[in-house]
Formats: sequence, structure tokens, C-alpha cells
Amino acid sequence: MSDVGGYRWVRRSAAERLARFAAWLVVVALLVWSVRGVDIFWPWVVDAPAQIADLLGRMSPPDPSNLDLILAAMLQTIHIATLATLLALVLALPVAYLAAQNTSPNGATLALGRLIVVSTRSVNTIIWALLFVAIFGPGPLAGILAVAFRSIGFLGKLIAEAIEEIDRRPVEAMEATGANEAKVIAYGVVPQVLPTFFAVSILRWDINIRESTVLGLVGAGGIGLLLQGAIDTFKWQEVSLILLAILSVVVAGEFVSGWLREKVI
Amino acid sequence: MLEIQDLVKRYGDGDPVLKGLHLSVAEKSVTAVIGSSGAGKSTLLRCINRLVEPTSGSIRLNGMELTTLRGRELRRARRRIGMVFQGFNLLERLTVMENVLAGRLGYVGFAPALLRRYPQEDVDRAYGLLQRVGLAKYVNTRADALSGGERQRVGVVRALMQEPEILLADEPTASLDPKTAEGIMHLMRDLSAELSLPVLINIHNVAQAKSYSERIVGLRHGRIIFDGEPGALDDEAFDRIYEGDEEAAAEALGEKPRGPAVSA
Amino acid sequence: MSRAATEGFRWRKPPFIANPALRYGIWLAVAAYLAWAVSSIPIDPQRIVAGFPRAAQIFGGAIPPDFARWQLLLSGFLESIQIALIATAVGVVLSVPLAILSARNVVPVPVYVLGRATVITARSFHPVIVAIIFVKAVGFGALAGILTLIVYTIGFVSKLLAEAIEEIDWGQVEAMQAAGANYLKVLLYAVAPQVMPRQIGLALYQLDINLRASTVVGIVGAGGIGSTLMNAFGRYDYDFAFAILIAIISLVFATEIVSGRIRRGIS
Repeated sequence: MSDVGGYRWVRRSAAERLARFAAWLVVVALLVWSVRGVDIFWPWVVDAPAQIADLLGRMSPPDPSNLDLILAAMLQTIHIATLATLLALVLALPVAYLAAQNTSPNGATLALGRLIVVSTRSVNTIIWALLFVAIFGPGPLAGILAVAFRSIGFLGKLIAEAIEEIDRRPVEAMEATGANEAKVIAYGVVPQVLPTFFAVSILRWDINIRESTVLGLVGAGGIGLLLQGAIDTFKWQEVSLILLAILSVVVAGEFVSGWLREKVI
Repeated sequence: MLEIQDLVKRYGDGDPVLKGLHLSVAEKSVTAVIGSSGAGKSTLLRCINRLVEPTSGSIRLNGMELTTLRGRELRRARRRIGMVFQGFNLLERLTVMENVLAGRLGYVGFAPALLRRYPQEDVDRAYGLLQRVGLAKYVNTRADALSGGERQRVGVVRALMQEPEILLADEPTASLDPKTAEGIMHLMRDLSAELSLPVLINIHNVAQAKSYSERIVGLRHGRIIFDGEPGALDDEAFDRIYEGDEEAAAEALGEKPRGPAVSA
Repeated sequence: MSRAATEGFRWRKPPFIANPALRYGIWLAVAAYLAWAVSSIPIDPQRIVAGFPRAAQIFGGAIPPDFARWQLLLSGFLESIQIALIATAVGVVLSVPLAILSARNVVPVPVYVLGRATVITARSFHPVIVAIIFVKAVGFGALAGILTLIVYTIGFVSKLLAEAIEEIDWGQVEAMQAAGANYLKVLLYAVAPQVMPRQIGLALYQLDINLRASTVVGIVGAGGIGSTLMNAFGRYDYDFAFAILIAIISLVFATEIVSGRIRRGIS
């Protein structure tokens, strides 16, 4: 950008440059504050790559001696995810109906619907699991309820958004024929929302498989218990097998859910 | 000067798209390549700068064989070949100045490219060329804010910034309305004369080909079946080139507008 | 047209799946699966009934929530925020080369396969599991949390960025190649400007996700407010634990409402 004879090209105006500089400054300041604030023992950071490599070494090769137990636990994990998703769907439909501006009967129900959506999303699956384990005792029942409750918010929100985006005209046409509320929903709203409904359910099922893997850590069923057990007894080679099992199931789940979504849309 | 000998391009096991072409392009001339789609026009041009890999044959640019180059030598050779595209292929989110300076990417290092610190003489030449084509006021405008004709002019300037020894234009006017198209053809013809630059243009509109070039090459099914002065392109030669492809023939005569129909 | 011709015409809505065998087959399969799955879940009604007084006990200890040690709570939160900031920054930066390596159109196939496999592995594990492993490797505390969230960030951001790279306008790449630019310069001028805006959006979205995730990974010892929570639980300080829980939930709740408002404002 020299101005010794010839044309002086200024790529960014002074205002733009100032704004960019300020933005960078904020980001760097936040990062410096964070790095200084976290409670980190710096020698450990330097040591970290070596420690990680050491752990990975101890994890190989995977040890298949408890493969049958692991597979059974993975199967239970899949069951938990599937049943929880189905349960959540049933519960989420009325919530979505309430949380959508155009179908909610009045302002209070709209607020209630939105409240349910936000609260169930705000509480993490693990915390739900702790709650249900405290009430119903350890086991997959607590896990199913935990995953289901967490999913209600996710499903409710997306389905409500789909409801809000429908074309009003079929609904008006239905209302004009004098149909009652239920029929208007069944014929005017539901067909438009159906593709999103399926897509969102399949997506949530895929996410729930991942969520269900950690339930066992707090006693709510699934593979988590075996994993925690293996870690606590330092059976690292069994840990890596469990991780491989989880990886395979999650990847398979992604394939299946991708395929299903294509079929449905 | 460009010398193509026995150029063959075959995709897979099918019929070759280019069947042993021989073509010589002298300095300082505008050569128009015409023919129906599928005749191989675009493939021919892209074989020259190796955007498409020739199957066999020889392409020599001012004595240097292009078909055997690899890596850095290939990139160095590409600097000497400027290309203008039908879709303009501008860097849409960058400004006009950044777009034309990108023509120098083959000459500057990574850091200057990243920081946009190009040599002053490049900046001067860029500005001069933008003035020449009437776009000086758009120096810091984003490329996607310009009209079709303006964008193509930016494309032409970018190609010229390479200081090329030859300019290839792959249907440069196909996405433009007739009046703007004429403007671009005019520009390329004038630049060819001003810079002593050989120009090779793929074009659909035969009338424009005849008006703005000194030589017409007609391609059909991967072979050159006509090579001569525009005046020599009579109806019989035209029919031979476009035989069987009535839509292309109509377009070539400017009877049918390209793209969405324009209501009368 | 006489009435007789149209009398007796019956209409039934065409079913969603045309082939009757397939349709009933699917219903049967679903019913069978449900039966199988539900039967495999041990439900002990006695246990459930016995559970209520036990739950009452815990809740009794938890209520009223004890906010007396609010400074501890605050420092725990700050640490969670700091963990999320560092992990997002590092993760977003690392996700750029990884996204390039897992985009089919800019790298050779074997590299693409390796890159995709790495990203898929990073995505497949719940951050809590990753956190447990890192805690065992590098010890309790924020370091494990940061490493966990870096992996989490890479898993999500790289995938989306790679998809963005695969959808770019290829003509711009061709033009830069034709001008003689090398691989890096082509990436810089033709690819980066097309995906950078997306990357910034992804970074902000991931920061939001990481803020929530950092509270959770603390539960297994990876620093932040989650660690504070688990410490309280472990010391049977149920009332302090409840206070922390309320704080976490309220914060996420508030973020949800705010981001919901912002999103509604934008659209």
C-alpha cells in the first residue's frame, strides 16, 4: 500500500480496520483471562501428550474376553434409546401443539408449552438420570425416562417450529367446512408437519444412542456401567473394546438414520 | 505462438471427444472456434491449460511443450495462459481489486497473497487496466455486486494481469445479453491488437464470430472441418459444421436467445 | 349420467405404504420389537414404591437450597466459562485443517477417508465418556475438561465445515488454478472466502454448546461448576448441591430464552 507515485490501494477503510482490531482484541483478552483463570497445573499440560500416548498404549490391543456382556449391554443401550425416543414422541406432541403460536389455544398455554420445552432442554440427561435413579432405583427404567424427558424439549421445539411454518390455507379451508378442532388438526396441520416429524424423530433417535451410552455411569442402565467398571479396575484393554463397540453402534446408527431420513423425505 | 498437433482426448472407453486436432495460432490474432455443443470446443481450450488432461498429442506454446509439464512447471506455464470463463468465475465475496490482483497469484508468495501486499507495479497495472475497461470506480466493490458485463470485464482484466502470451476465452459471452456480448467481443479484439496478444475464443454466435475475428475454426465431432477467413464461411460450410443440430444452428444465427426466453 | 352408475362407489384413503404385506410386516415388526425391548427392561414395582420415601429423604436434605457458599459457586461457573472459551478457540482453529482433510473435493481419496474417520471418531463419543478418559490420562481438573471439549468441538465443527467445503462453487477454484496458483493459494482465495462466514457462525454456535457441555463434564471431574457439584454431592451437602443445580439450570434456561429471542428477532 505505498503511495510513491502510482495508485494507492486501500483495502480496508480506517473504520473497518479499527473494528476488526477491536474484535481481535476482545477475543484475545477473553482467552488470556481464561488461561490465567483456569486451575491448571502447567507441568501437567506439557506432560499431557506423553500421558495420553501411554494410556492409548495400555488400551491396545482390545480385549474381547467379555464381548458377550458388552454386546448385551450395547443392545440394552439401543433399546433404551429407542424406547425413550418413542415415549418422548408421544409426550412431545401435545407439548408442541401448545408451544406453537398458531395452534395454542391462548397465551397462557403458549407460555406453558414454551416453558416445558425450555426446562426439559435445560436439564442435562445425566441430571435427569440422577433424579430418576433416586426415585425409581438404578436400572434402565430410570435411563429411559431420563433420555425421554430430555428429548421432549428437543422434539417439542422443532415440531412446534414446523407447525408454526405451515401454510395457513389448508387449515382455513378445513375451518370453513365447519370441522371441529381435532379434525382441523388431523387434516390441515398433521399432513404438513409429518415429514419434519419423521426427520426430527430419526435425528433425535440417533442423538439418543449417544446419550444412552453414559446413563450407566450413574446407574441408569446400558453400557455405561460396564465402562465405568472396566475403568475403575484399570482394565484398559476392555475399555478400548467397549469404546469400539460404542463407535460401531453410533456409526451404524448414523447410517441407518441417514437412510431412513432419505426414505421418508 | 500456439501449436497443437494430433491432439486426442478420450474419456474412458468411449469415442474420443477430440480426434487428432491440428491447429496453429499465430501472434496477435483473434481466432474464433465454432461448432455445436459436444463438438469439443471447450475440451480443446481446457486441454491447452491442462484443466482437462489430453490423452495424447502435443501442445507447444512459444516452443515449450505443455503436455508433459507437472507441478511447479505446470503452474509456471499456466501463468502464461490467460483464461476467461463463461460463468465469469470471479471470487464473488472479494472486491474487484482483489479479484484482478488474484491474476498475479502465480507470481507472488503465500504471505504477500495472504496479506494482500502486492508489488506496487501490480497495483498500478491493475488500476490502469480497470480504468481502461471503465471499472475504476468499482475498485473496492464486492464482485457479486456487479452486473454480468461488468463481471466479465473484471474476468478479462484478471486474465491480463498474468501478462499472458495467449488469451483463451471459453464462451465468454454466452451468459450475456446481445448488446453486452458485443461489448466484450469488441474489448477482446481491441486488446488483442493493443497488446499483440493471440486470442482464442469459443463462441456460439456465428455472426459475432465473423464480426470480431480474423479467422474461424469450425469443429464437428472432435475434428476441424473448417479453417479460414470469416468471409469464407458460407452457408454450405455452416451447414456442414452444424449439421443435425438445429438448436445450435438457430442459436448460432442469433435466432434463438440463450437461456430464458425474452418476451417480445 | 344416471345415479345408478355412481351408486355403491366406495372410497378408502390410499395407505401410506402401498404394499399390504410390507405395511403389516412393518407393524408386526414394530410390535414385536416393542415387546422384546420392554420385556428386557427390569421393572420392579416394589422397588418403585420403596423409592418414593428414599427420594423424599434426599429432597428433604436438599431443600431449602443453600446459597451461602455463593463465591465457590461463582468461581466454579467462571471456570466452566473459561474452559468453554479456551476449548472453543483451540477446537475451532484445529477443525479447519481437519475439515480440509475430510472434504472429498480438495484432498485425494485416502486422505479423505482418514480425515473423515478421525472426525467420525471424535463425534461418536459422548463428551462425558471422553472426559472420564482424559481425567484418567491427565488428572482431575480443567485440563481434562478443555481437552474433552476440544475433541467435542472438532467432531462437530469439522463435519459441518467439510460439508460447506464440499458445496463450494468450483468455478472459482478452476479460475485460480488456471492462473497458476498453487494448492495453498487456491485454498486461500477460492475456498476460504466461500466458507469463512459459515465458520464464524459455527464457532459461535459451538461456544454456546460448549458452555453447557463444560458444566456437565465437570461432573466426572473435569473442572468447572460440575466438579463443584460432585464435590458437594460427595460430601452429602445436598442443600449446596441443590443450590448449584438450580444455578446451572437457571443459567441454561436463561441462555435458551435469550438465544430464542435473538433467533426470533433475526428471522
